[in-house]
Amino acid sequence: MKRVYADEKWCLGCKLCEYNCAFANTNQPDMAVALKNTEIVPRIKVEETGKINFAVSCRHCKNPICIQSCITGALYKENGVVMMDKNKCVNCLTCVLVCPYGAIVEDSGGSVFKCELCIKNICKEPACVKGCPNKALLFEER
Amino acid sequence: MKYIIIGNSTAAVGAVEGIRSIDKKGDIDLFSSEEYHTYSRPLISYLLCGKTDMEKMKYRPDDFYVKNNVKTHFSLPVEKIDALNKTIYAGGETFSYDKLMVACGSRPFIPPAEGLSDINYYTFGSLNDALKLQDNINKESKVLIVGAGLIGLKCAEGIFGKVKSITIVDMTDRVLSSVLDKEASDIVKEHLKKYDFNFYLSRFVKKYSPNTATLDDDTVIPFDVLIIAVGVRPNIELVKDAAGKTERGIWVDERGETSLKDVYAAGDCVMSYDITTDSERILALLPNAYSGGYNAGVNMAGGNEKNDCCMPMNSIGFMGLHIITAGSLVGQKIIDYNGGYKKLVVKDGCLNGFILVGNVERAGIYTRLIREKIPLISLDFDKLKIHPCLASFNENERQRILGEEV
Repeated sequence: MKRVYADEKWCLGCKLCEYNCAFANTNQPDMAVALKNTEIVPRIKVEETGKINFAVSCRHCKNPICIQSCITGALYKENGVVMMDKNKCVNCLTCVLVCPYGAIVEDSGGSVFKCELCIKNICKEPACVKGCPNKALLFEER
Repeated sequence: MKYIIIGNSTAAVGAVEGIRSIDKKGDIDLFSSEEYHTYSRPLISYLLCGKTDMEKMKYRPDDFYVKNNVKTHFSLPVEKIDALNKTIYAGGETFSYDKLMVACGSRPFIPPAEGLSDINYYTFGSLNDALKLQDNINKESKVLIVGAGLIGLKCAEGIFGKVKSITIVDMTDRVLSSVLDKEASDIVKEHLKKYDFNFYLSRFVKKYSPNTATLDDDTVIPFDVLIIAVGVRPNIELVKDAAGKTERGIWVDERGETSLKDVYAAGDCVMSYDITTDSERILALLPNAYSGGYNAGVNMAGGNEKNDCCMPMNSIGFMGLHIITAGSLVGQKIIDYNGGYKKLVVKDGCLNGFILVGNVERAGIYTRLIREKIPLISLDFDKLKIHPCLASFNENERQRILGEEV
């Protein structure tokens, strides 16, 4: 299955992936309009150490501990992708407690969210990868 | 192969999915004392406060039993296991099995007290409990909850705004005493007091009369609705009566098998091995129930999975304040404040437990350190103490988790 892989050797730390992620998930046509005056809450997050940078998003684990632990059944797997049913989530954050990569984020709207490889939004393929200017993010089978 | 599953909650669903990951054909018969499609038990408080509904609280979709080819027997409590003849008895009938899963959960513990048997009270463990409570509260109700643990406080949150007053009594000196230290507990208590919850801590009810409870210091608390939420006790009787090994809970080995051959058990009714205290204890937690049920299901179908990383862990929020805890608080304490309350506990060079109140972002990075007993010397702990982050791991590990299938 194709997943998003980050390569810290090439990451500039520009955070375009964060913006492209947030934008793709607004499902709006214009980035400037969609993100103007908003504090973005992306599903991919760049970590910076001073020397290196890299982007972290859901690893879509083979045996996802988040799904096993979800108290509502809101997290589920579809064709290998870990998906989230926002409607069922009660924001208990048990997935945040167990995700080893810190890839699930609390949403101000009373549920969590996470990378779903842009399957559900208008982008249809990972916007973070598409917009990465230095090929530090790749969407491929490994 | 004929499988029987007793129970219809988290561990039972885990067992179905575990069995079906290996055996797509065998017969599965599932028995439940309740009348409902599988639902998430921890959601009953969210049901009361309107954050979920009967439809959304279904733990698996409507087609779950059909898709997994499970024959359900709802409202049919199992009365007896005959492990010698590999049969169970329910509703006057005998059913035979090759492999049996006991996932019969726990029940509310009712501490004996003078006068309690003569009055009406509620418990808070099942959907029917919640529905009954919902039908019997109104804007004028004065509610007394005995127990300031996870169940009592979640119940309080669930009925907040729907009743006149909520008073909570607990024998211990703090709220959430099973998961929090005094300092964190005080933060949670002060937060809850803002919403007019009344607390009587280090107190117990010595006597109940209709509509009043008298505490050990002779304080009299009037109530219309009494809820007993002091804890749960595992349902061990089915296995115990079949001569299986039980202590406080049903004993199971690493593979989830009881001392009775071909009888497995998982969930709130069993004892688990807690890797953070090196002891066998009841870990009545949903993630533990699912993985215990799933792994046992795989083993029932001929696979080989082990339950070797159980530990206490809780993620819970009260009136907007989030709390995440994991592991044990025995060890060297490292306290670090970072937008809330944080305590990390280190034992034998590894993280062994933590408490986060308020800022719980990326807590799972800490949880993994405990689960996998990762030596802190192998990473940048000074960085990790402040923020859970993957940048604190060395380059090889970062490349593995971000550059390979995991």
